[in-house]
Amino acid sequence: MKFGVVVFPGSCDDVDAQLACARVADVVPLWHADHDLQSVDAVVIPGGFSYGDYLRAGAIARFAPIMTEVIDFARAGGHVMGICNGFQVCCEAGLLPGALLTNTNLRFVCRQVSLELVNPDTAFTRSLDPGARLSIPVKHTTGRYYAPDAELDRLEAAGQVVLRYAPGDNPNGSLRDIAGVINEQGNVFGLMPHPEHAVDPLTGSSDGLGLFGSLRESLSGSSGPVLVGIAKSGWSVAERGGRGGRGGVAEPREPDDGDASATRQRPHPTSDLPYRARPVV
Amino acid sequence: MSAQAAPPGGFQRALDLGLRADEYARIVTLLEREPNAVELAMFSLLWSEHCSYKHSKLLLRTLPSAGPRLVMGPGENAGAVDVGGGWAVAFKVESHNHPSAVEPFQGAATGVGGILRDIFAVGARPIAVLDSLRFGEPTSERSRYLLDRAVGGIGHYGNSIGVPTIGGEVYFEAPYEQNCLVNAMCVGLVRSEHLIRSAAAGPGNLLVLFGAATGRDGIGGASVLASAELGEGDADKRPSVQIGDPFAEKKLMECSLALLEAGLLVALQDLGAAGLTSAVPEMASKGDVGIDIDIAQVPLREAAMEPFEIMVSESQERMLAVVEPSRLDDVLAICAHWETGAAVIGKVTESAAIRVFDGDDLVGEMPVEVLVDGCPLYELAPSPPPPGLYPPPARTLDSTDPNGVLLALLASANIADRRYLYEQYDCVVQSRTVRRPGAADAAVLQLPHGGAIAVAIDGNGRRVAADPYRGTIAAVLECAANLACVGAAPLGLTNCLNFANPEKPHIAWQLSESVRALGDACRALEIPVVGGNVSLYNEGGEGPIYPTPVVGLVGELPDPARAGRLGWSREGDAIGLVGGFAPLLAASELAKLRGEPLPTSLPDIDIAAVRATHALIRSAVREGALHSAHDIAEGGLAVALAECCVAGDLGAEVELEEDSEAARFGESVGAFVVSGESAVLAELDCRVIGTVVGSSLRISAGNSSIDVSLEQLREAHAALATLFA
Repeated sequence: MKFGVVVFPGSCDDVDAQLACARVADVVPLWHADHDLQSVDAVVIPGGFSYGDYLRAGAIARFAPIMTEVIDFARAGGHVMGICNGFQVCCEAGLLPGALLTNTNLRFVCRQVSLELVNPDTAFTRSLDPGARLSIPVKHTTGRYYAPDAELDRLEAAGQVVLRYAPGDNPNGSLRDIAGVINEQGNVFGLMPHPEHAVDPLTGSSDGLGLFGSLRESLSGSSGPVLVGIAKSGWSVAERGGRGGRGGVAEPREPDDGDASATRQRPHPTSDLPYRARPVV
Repeated sequence: MSAQAAPPGGFQRALDLGLRADEYARIVTLLEREPNAVELAMFSLLWSEHCSYKHSKLLLRTLPSAGPRLVMGPGENAGAVDVGGGWAVAFKVESHNHPSAVEPFQGAATGVGGILRDIFAVGARPIAVLDSLRFGEPTSERSRYLLDRAVGGIGHYGNSIGVPTIGGEVYFEAPYEQNCLVNAMCVGLVRSEHLIRSAAAGPGNLLVLFGAATGRDGIGGASVLASAELGEGDADKRPSVQIGDPFAEKKLMECSLALLEAGLLVALQDLGAAGLTSAVPEMASKGDVGIDIDIAQVPLREAAMEPFEIMVSESQERMLAVVEPSRLDDVLAICAHWETGAAVIGKVTESAAIRVFDGDDLVGEMPVEVLVDGCPLYELAPSPPPPGLYPPPARTLDSTDPNGVLLALLASANIADRRYLYEQYDCVVQSRTVRRPGAADAAVLQLPHGGAIAVAIDGNGRRVAADPYRGTIAAVLECAANLACVGAAPLGLTNCLNFANPEKPHIAWQLSESVRALGDACRALEIPVVGGNVSLYNEGGEGPIYPTPVVGLVGELPDPARAGRLGWSREGDAIGLVGGFAPLLAASELAKLRGEPLPTSLPDIDIAAVRATHALIRSAVREGALHSAHDIAEGGLAVALAECCVAGDLGAEVELEEDSEAARFGESVGAFVVSGESAVLAELDCRVIGTVVGSSLRISAGNSSIDVSLEQLREAHAALATLFA
């Protein structure tokens, strides 16, 4: 299992993302000027200020040489996680719906926030407890999630809203408290909070580890890109009995999903994943 | 070949450039001729206070600069201490006061950029930024503007480059109204064997300038220079403050570290104040070599720059390296990879001179020794100030009701929660931050080998104004107290001495007393001064700033998992008072709110006793015996208790023996509030004064009492955002 972390000039959280990925898989950096994804099984686009974020956050990075391959990879069903600046890049690249606007207070904000897991049935959240509240830091100036109302309705109905800021914890004015969304095909996930900065209780929290662990779990046992369809299920948050609840609607499953439901019953959803000791920086 | 001849009028121009008449005469004597325009521009900058430390060097030489853990001392771009496991930590604090007073956003941003370069210039990866800020009272619109933009600038630079801003301090006092202070400290991590110095070596080796192109920015910093050299009515208005580009610096940083990792450099130096004029002679002087530089090879971002402009430009995000010719291609390849731009602009020579060429024309030639060491050093003529140098602060508090006083102190600008400010800084990038701002008295960063360092920055100008010697001792001890609270022992100190005009006897007295105290405190704590910065002439039309020595400490602790916290963590814990608690209202925050004049001296401090208390706190925290530890500082015991309540979201009931304002709100050096199991505290040398309980802070003493709910404490403590709204 090999994850790739894109490195643009101006990426800041690329090493942190590599450290987080290294807890669940092998990891290689993917240099922005290359056209080679090095046969990775998943791509993480990290936080930072790619190319200085001059012009507009993510707008230049979207045209980076490596992004040609990342976009092709995603279109072919490859799994991509965009964190913060990576989320902005994914939106600019058209891989994810919506856009990130300047925070309502027009300032950078760095804060530990509480997140509600809205959709536990994605390739990025499957090993998390369905009712989980995740404590993960945000740090950005351009993190206010925006999409037109009709689009937001559609995203919610299709289960594409994966994470929300818990009530009262919305740090940036994101519409409907949206913190993370997934594409219709379920293989591209973007979020403003930084799960790579929540992989060790010593530095604040390990609640972000489950996102990386879920991805590894999703990709295990199958070769090449895995499609985890969710949009076709037709369920919505309301049908599932509210946020985080377990409705009666059968969720779609990958054939080789294994014992995923048992996984969700664990009090510490990430405890028995094959995490490695933190490598020396 | 000889350098271009000096134009007439050199003497007057030298005065316009800030040199003294006797200094110009000395230049002529040492050169054995009059300097030409390029040379005079270089002398005026290298012999300026900023570059030569001519009024402070003799004092700074008295500071202790050796110690068993010191691996790089003063004189390099930054000092460094050994932190075990083959790792060293480089750190330094520097000022960017005047640029920030003119343009706070870029002034503060480039202040951060400059100190970052100092750290990676010694080969260390910057892992933390801290800042120390001083502004006028928040009632002033200008102060609010300066604070808002300075914080924005620090965040803009630090956040964009991926270095966490993990600590700092800010005080608001009227004497800083005209002359704000913006000091930034950077901490870097490096394998000890990869530390690199700035001494040029090896005649024939090449000088490679890499990073941003050179423009006219920053030249206006020596505005007299521009007006003397440019034509009357010249349309170009030079920006006097440099503009920072954190993206360029990020690439420059990664490129520099990659070059060092590959072992390709002989020496490395950043370009800061005075640009090439400072960097080239400094590198030559340290290596006892000469350097030929050809300014025609310097990549420019503006057309038709004059030779002197290229030599003195303060364009940001540039580094200068000495490279062996055989390594040049590898160096240029790494620079190309990071898209930094690079050019060979000169070479190391066996001569003892700096020769500046513009293509084939020699436009300047000066002995290195004359440029770097020729500047006269001045003895100060200290004399204590007349009484009333600083007018009493404005009275803003009349109440004597203990509840009201406590809430007023918590809501005062110098004590209120800094969250509103530090939330604008990324404090988690690089995955090392174990204690973030607000969690403990010092920030804690884990290290690759399993240990950790703690860092803090401190300074209280009001106390130094009252008593430069004891006020400075108190600043060092408070900073060390912050380290003790997380379980860390200090390894080294950096400082930034912010003072007014040292040519005035009473400012000279403040400076010399303060440096004497700094030396005494460091010797008593057995820590070296690893480097620092001096910023003089900080005064506006309304008088001098408070003398403000800012000290930064780096300490070590063995186990980051046991790093201390400041907030209560368990209901039912006993609360202990540790250390010699001798609370005093003179020069305190409460005295300020009451508009009381500064005292003319402060009581003696028993440094050895305070050091012993620090050791006690430190070992108790390391053993895991304490659930919280917090030093008693501004606002005294009651404020310290309130801060523990708010941070831990738990109340407390405390009983004091003495019923006095001094006991509640007086300030004391070397005293701490701790919490832990009562059986554990009973074993500790401390006075148990109460219990962690409930959702209010209750302090009873004789007939008076404080009873304030957590909600009220929180609301008062969060006042900074509204003060600056």
